[in-house]
Formats: sequence, structure tokens, C-alpha cells
Amino acid sequence: MLAIIDYKAGNLTSVKLGLDTIGVESVITDSADEILSAERVIFPGVGAAGSAMKTLNDTGLADVIRKVAAQGTPFMGICLGTQIILSHSEEDDADCIGLLEGNVIKFQPPNPRDKVPQIGWNSVEIKQQHPIFDGIEEGSEFYFVHSFYPAPKVPEEILGTTEYAGVTFASVMGKGNVVATQFHPEKSGKIGLRLLENFTKWNP
Amino acid sequence: MLTRRIIPCLDIHGKRVTKGVKFKNNVDLGDPVEMAAKYYDEGCDELVFYDITASAERRPIDIDMVREVAKAVRIPFAVGGGISSVEDMSRALLAGAEKVSVNSLAVVNPQIIADGANAFGAQCIVLGMDPVAAPDKEKFPSGYEITTRGFREHTGMDALEWAKRAVDLGVGEIVVNSVDADGTREGFEIHLTKMIAENVSVPVVASGGAGCSAHLAEVFEKAHADAAIIAGMIHTGEFTIPQIKQELIEAGIPIRKHW
Repeated sequence: MLAIIDYKAGNLTSVKLGLDTIGVESVITDSADEILSAERVIFPGVGAAGSAMKTLNDTGLADVIRKVAAQGTPFMGICLGTQIILSHSEEDDADCIGLLEGNVIKFQPPNPRDKVPQIGWNSVEIKQQHPIFDGIEEGSEFYFVHSFYPAPKVPEEILGTTEYAGVTFASVMGKGNVVATQFHPEKSGKIGLRLLENFTKWNP
Repeated sequence: MLTRRIIPCLDIHGKRVTKGVKFKNNVDLGDPVEMAAKYYDEGCDELVFYDITASAERRPIDIDMVREVAKAVRIPFAVGGGISSVEDMSRALLAGAEKVSVNSLAVVNPQIIADGANAFGAQCIVLGMDPVAAPDKEKFPSGYEITTRGFREHTGMDALEWAKRAVDLGVGEIVVNSVDADGTREGFEIHLTKMIAENVSVPVVASGGAGCSAHLAEVFEKAHADAAIIAGMIHTGEFTIPQIKQELIEAGIPIRKHW
């Protein structure tokens, strides 16, 4: 069973519907046991880093996530779930889970025509081949909604990059059994579904 | 590079998609879920559904339809019409909508914008506005007045002031639907769209008047719209989404190429 971690940060309907579409059974859960025993874990989320981290610390889910990553379960972060597996976020000056080393930084567009949040479809340049990119063309576009972007410290952990508001940021990251996307694969049409499917077949 | 979004708009009237000119003479065009699935397959970037009789009939938006659309497409979609409370917003978002759009009700009760943004995040809350050209520069410094209830009521509110206030209240996006251009298929109202787009910090979606690809190219290039709504030009079958995308790519507009 694939567990989608529920920590009251946004709407998980579309993640579940995306997995339903590709025929992958999943459960939306906040149960530590269910998450720790799941075959795979997706950590989504929309919202602010500070309140998300407070919930995750108060409920103990932050430690559950560290354990899941340490025990080798294939793990995927999406959007806010990606940002808060880094060490720190500028948003609310929040200390985060720290599966990946690095910071999360606010867009400061030099051109005011680049609106913040970035909303819409932007392309991903593949920096390192990885099983989650299987069958996905270089430059494919995915759906983004975010005001902050990941800045991982270790260059080898950057799998894909995207340009916006004068920066080239890490839109896909990976380390061992962990992958993370700043965009929403579950809202990114058939190519997004392909990436989700790749994750569900990935054996790190 | 962030691409410009092409958003088919489906006006829902009694569980069917309809199209009228200036909210009048609506004709039946088909089933909303089937049309959504078709446009999704053809590569549209997003969809918007307006339940155009919900407000008048004082009923909430058709949640069953929202749920069916959410099963059929894997791209974001917004719903509007009949959203009168945070509870209505919550139901639509949990049914699978990415965003909810408020229009007339936000004019009457602007607080709903702030309440919605606090509850779900600004990115979920869209303001739809229906400005009409208003020559009285003293009353309407921007030259446009906000109308509501399907253009039937004049509010006395200046369009640009309302847009700025809505952003302060927390909307994440503004759909500027020109009353004068709506349904004409003679092009977007560039002056109006540009003025709003250049004066607010959130993305602006141009609406009303799309009749061919060149109209979209014009509103993206000259008015700096982040997205554009199309309706009649594709609903009638005169244009297809792949054709529009190809023509915009040839015109040098950043458009999503993989789907």
C-alpha cells in the first residue's frame, strides 16, 4: 500500500485521484504505523512552512518521516512536502525535517512582470537521469504553484532544474530512496502521471 | 520558461455547457465532463467552469459535476457560480477543484476573499470581475466600472481600485472579463487587461473576445496577460486547441509543448 501523509496542509484529493487514474491503491493517513509499514510514501502539501512544521513536530510525524527515509522506503515529496524535507525554510524562518541539506528561498523577481507566486506550467531540464524520468522528454512542462524555491546544498542531489524570476532552481531532487518535486505531478496531465507511475515502480 | 496558459471556459446551465453573447441567447453545446476530457486530451492548460444559474437560483454549485470533472482530468480547474461561503469553497476544493472563483458575491461581501485565502491559501481564490467602460473619469479613474450579476447591475466601483483591494484581501489571481468584448470574438480588450495586469502583483487572466489565435498572441504580448480564456472559438469547432497552440508557438509565445 502507498501512504499519502495527511498533516492538514492542503487538499490531498488530487494526489489520490492521480494515483487512482494509474491504478495504484493508496491511503490518506496520519497514522505513524500505517506510514512506517507502507511500501511507498508520498508527502504532499500546500501552505506555509511554519505552520506545517509545527503540526509535524506536535504530532510526531516529523520523526516518522525521518524514520521512513532512514529505513529505505521509497519516499516522494511534492511542493510544500518537498520544501520542508530540506533543512530550513526562509518562510516563517522554519527549521525543517532535513532529509536533504539546504535552504528554501523566496523568489525576488528583478522584473515585476514575474508574478509571485509562480502559477502555471514551466519546463524541467533534466540534470541527471533517474528512474522517475523514465519516458519523460527533456524540457517537459509541469504545473507549479509556489512563492519559495528549494536551494539544496549538494549539487549531486539536483536531478532537474527550472527557470523563473531570474533564478534557475532545483525543481527535482533526489538522494537514495528519496525524490522530491517542487511541481505537482498529480496536476501535470499525462506526463505528471507518468512521473508518479515511475515513482510507484521505482526500487531504489 | 513559464508558459502562458490557455483556459477553455465552460458555462454550465442545467448540467449542460452553453454559450451566449453577453449572457443572453444561450445555446446547448454538450456535456461538461465529456468536453472537459476532450480539451484535456488536446492539451489545454487549465479549465474553468461557471455554474451560471447557481447564484440566481440561490443554490450552491453542482458538486457532483465538480467531482466528475476531477475524475476525468489531471490538470487544474477552477469553478465559479454559487460560491457564497467558506463552506461552499471547501466543498468545491475537496471535490477536486484547484481554485474557486468569486465575483458578484465578493462585491457584496469582500471579506469572503480574506476568509477563503486564510482557510485555503491565496492560490485557491480567484476573483472574477466584469468591468464595463465608464466615461465618467471622476467616478471611475480607471475608465471602467465593475458590474455584477451577469452584467445586469452597476456597482459604482472602479475596476482598478477593486482589483487592488481584492489583492490586498488575498486573491491569488484575477480574471478580467470585459463586458464590452464578451462573446464578440473580435479580440480581447487590450487596454483594460494591460492596465490591470501591470498594476497588480498576482497573475491576470484575460477573458472575453477571443476569436482567433492572433487575439491570444496580442493579449499575451501587448497586455502581459498570464493566461487567456477561450470559449466560443473552440466550442463551435472552428478552432482546435492544438491548432491554437501551434499558431502561438509560431508567433513566439511561450506555450506548453508536451502533453
